[in-house]
Amino acid sequence: MHSKSKTFRGMLRRRFLQNLLAVPAAVMLANASLTAHADSANTTGLAVTDKTVTVGILHSVTGTMAISETGSVQAEKLAIEQINAMGGVLGRKIEYIQEDGASDWPTFAEKSKKLLIKDKAAAVFGCWTSASRKAVLPIFEQYNGMLYYPTFYEGLEQSPNVIYTGQEATQQILAGIDWVVKEKGAKSFFLLGSDYIWPRTSNKIARKHIDKLGLKVSGEEYYPLGHTQFNSVINKIKLKKPDVIFASVVGGSNVAFYKQLKAAGIDMTKEKPLVLTISVTEDEILGIGGENIEGAYASMKYFQSLTNDNNKNFVKAFKERWGDDIVIGDVTQAAYLGPWLWKAAVEKAGSFDIDKVRAASPGIELKTAPEGYVRIHENHHLWSKTRIGNAQADGQYKIVYETKDLIEPNPFPAGYQ
Amino acid sequence: MTKIQAFIGRYQLSHLLILAALLLVVMPLAMDIFRLNLVGKYLTYAFVAVGLVLCWGYGGILSLGQGVFFGLGGYCMAMFLKLEASSPEQTAIQSTPGIPDFMDWNQLTALPWFWEPFHSFGFTLLAVILIPALFAFIIAVAMFKRRVGGVYFAIITQAIAAILTILIIGQQGYTGGVNGITDLRTLHGWDIRTDSAKYILYFINAFLLIGCLFAARYIIKSKLGRLLVAMREREDRVRFSGYDVSSFKIFIYCIAAVFSAIGGAMFTLQVGFMSPSFVGIVPSIEMVIFCAVGGRLSILGAVYGTLLVNWAKTSFSESFPELWLFAMGALFIGVVMAFPNGLAGLYQTYVEPRLQRFKKSSDPALASDMDALKTAEIKPNKTKDTESAAEEYSHAGNQ
Repeated sequence: MHSKSKTFRGMLRRRFLQNLLAVPAAVMLANASLTAHADSANTTGLAVTDKTVTVGILHSVTGTMAISETGSVQAEKLAIEQINAMGGVLGRKIEYIQEDGASDWPTFAEKSKKLLIKDKAAAVFGCWTSASRKAVLPIFEQYNGMLYYPTFYEGLEQSPNVIYTGQEATQQILAGIDWVVKEKGAKSFFLLGSDYIWPRTSNKIARKHIDKLGLKVSGEEYYPLGHTQFNSVINKIKLKKPDVIFASVVGGSNVAFYKQLKAAGIDMTKEKPLVLTISVTEDEILGIGGENIEGAYASMKYFQSLTNDNNKNFVKAFKERWGDDIVIGDVTQAAYLGPWLWKAAVEKAGSFDIDKVRAASPGIELKTAPEGYVRIHENHHLWSKTRIGNAQADGQYKIVYETKDLIEPNPFPAGYQ
Repeated sequence: MTKIQAFIGRYQLSHLLILAALLLVVMPLAMDIFRLNLVGKYLTYAFVAVGLVLCWGYGGILSLGQGVFFGLGGYCMAMFLKLEASSPEQTAIQSTPGIPDFMDWNQLTALPWFWEPFHSFGFTLLAVILIPALFAFIIAVAMFKRRVGGVYFAIITQAIAAILTILIIGQQGYTGGVNGITDLRTLHGWDIRTDSAKYILYFINAFLLIGCLFAARYIIKSKLGRLLVAMREREDRVRFSGYDVSSFKIFIYCIAAVFSAIGGAMFTLQVGFMSPSFVGIVPSIEMVIFCAVGGRLSILGAVYGTLLVNWAKTSFSESFPELWLFAMGALFIGVVMAFPNGLAGLYQTYVEPRLQRFKKSSDPALASDMDALKTAEIKPNKTKDTESAAEEYSHAGNQ
């Protein structure tokens, strides 16, 4: 990759030799560009040859987000390997270049630029947090790349250069609240989240929906990311006695929150109050400990315990590839959909060109999705079902409810803003 | 020609000229725009590192919170750019068009008062310099007038960095929170995302950095520079000589803050967003590391150190996404173990003596000039105790 150019070294005068220390660094930064192959399947100079097509994987494998994003990397690699085993995409094997976002949003921006400009990646599977997506979004739009983003997120966004394979906020929240109201007779809610855009937007939507149902929000509180002292809010909850704690606490804070909730004598299996979370997948339970969250409900689109054949095969393949101890959460499954949806769109378009893939994407359906069946909406989000799981002591969710129909994604919900 | 050579020799500007040539000619010729833009980003950190050479290397004031000023400068610029990117036409889908998107997500319905002045580019440019300078002034007056120094000062600066990060993240309706201020597009209608804009911004950045290097060199060469070294070594002696030590400290700390702020503003322009991840403790310490790798007594070393560390970071992480942090750790340990005076120290010990011999044989006129200068300087001491190491430091910095 890196080569020393001799031409300008000759130009330097001898007395300048003293600064040659800096020159190798300068030259090594200059990078040989990839030679791209152009034919009808690739008219825009993407990294596509007769035998291969190059895509990017961009997640944090170091830093605080690594624990969450590793599952997505594994899922994407598994999907790519499976697609290659089936003969690849348009007869080409998928090769991937993995970059580390290092839990640092500017690094995400730098690496996404590298994947698009230097590597000419035909698609990028990546990002996890909203902040990292926001950091790379202008770059994908400017250089016309295609990002498959796996995380459930706050909505309010619809980029022509992103396919959102996770749920936007209404898909996760509305059905969840409807369910606790209908099945559990909930009348009052306490909204609690980490302090950033996703919990705030989610709670905004939740609050509007609760208002519409004519029910009560008895409190709404936010704590900084990484916060570990929830005793005061737990006391407040005990005082206000809401029927439901609607929790969107993320990351490491979860561990503290659920342990302190249990220590404060709130037995979640008694459902007084009932805990409904939109942020704890099987991955997080690994950290929290199944015994600490037993009895809580989660509103997701996917649980590892789904019993359809697609999921059985997926879980089996995932464990064969990455080890028996592994658990699969909602986002991991959504990340697994990315390469498959891209493959389907490329084959429908007959081309790797971003514009053609984009045009072909709406209406793409995946009958082999572990979550059952998904379809890409005009707005680049997925139609998918919402399911309610009940946390078990073994760290898995028991599915207690799933919506009958696919729920339409609506990133800009009217009346909820 | 000889006159110019004499001038260059007298002020020992040759190293600076070489760096200028490297930044302004070699790099733009040798690199494509993507890599050049990365170098431009690294060079914005070099502003901070140069400021640290002044206040830490010379003044002995270790600040672990320079990210605060980098962030303030960057945020001022980002606020201006964000307002320009949030015209009512561009934000028509929001519930309140005309305010930045993140405010809309946080249920704000009007632009906060302190955002208003950032509609003006002139005000923004002033704010980039003055707000961090004022902030640094307040911190410095509060600390140095009370003779708080050394490790206590370092801890307090770190606390300030932490406080500011928490404040920015907590007030996300006003600041963009963890996401930062993203999706910046134009400056007075000029699209800063295009390749040509990136070239221009790179050159502006490089010129500003060279300007800062000149200013730093001027300060070091002046009486103030000598006083700083004296204060670092024996603060009470300087005080007993009748100097107001705290004023000098306040001044140099503000200068370092302004350099950082310029770097921050250029960062925002070149990278296209600003986020609290540049304000906190970790980036602040990283910037001290850049400075240390370069050699904390050499302003040019700081630039090379910044470039080296960041280049290593980028290329390690591209090649080994899962292992690069270990490689970076190894690099830092290696630097500290093998050449504690940084790149500048390495140059001093191994390269320069050979160069002198080489010059003497090839260019007698210049060599005699150099000899005259040499005799005026303190000979480096070979003993290994700390006093002599400090002398070597100041010697290294003065070349």
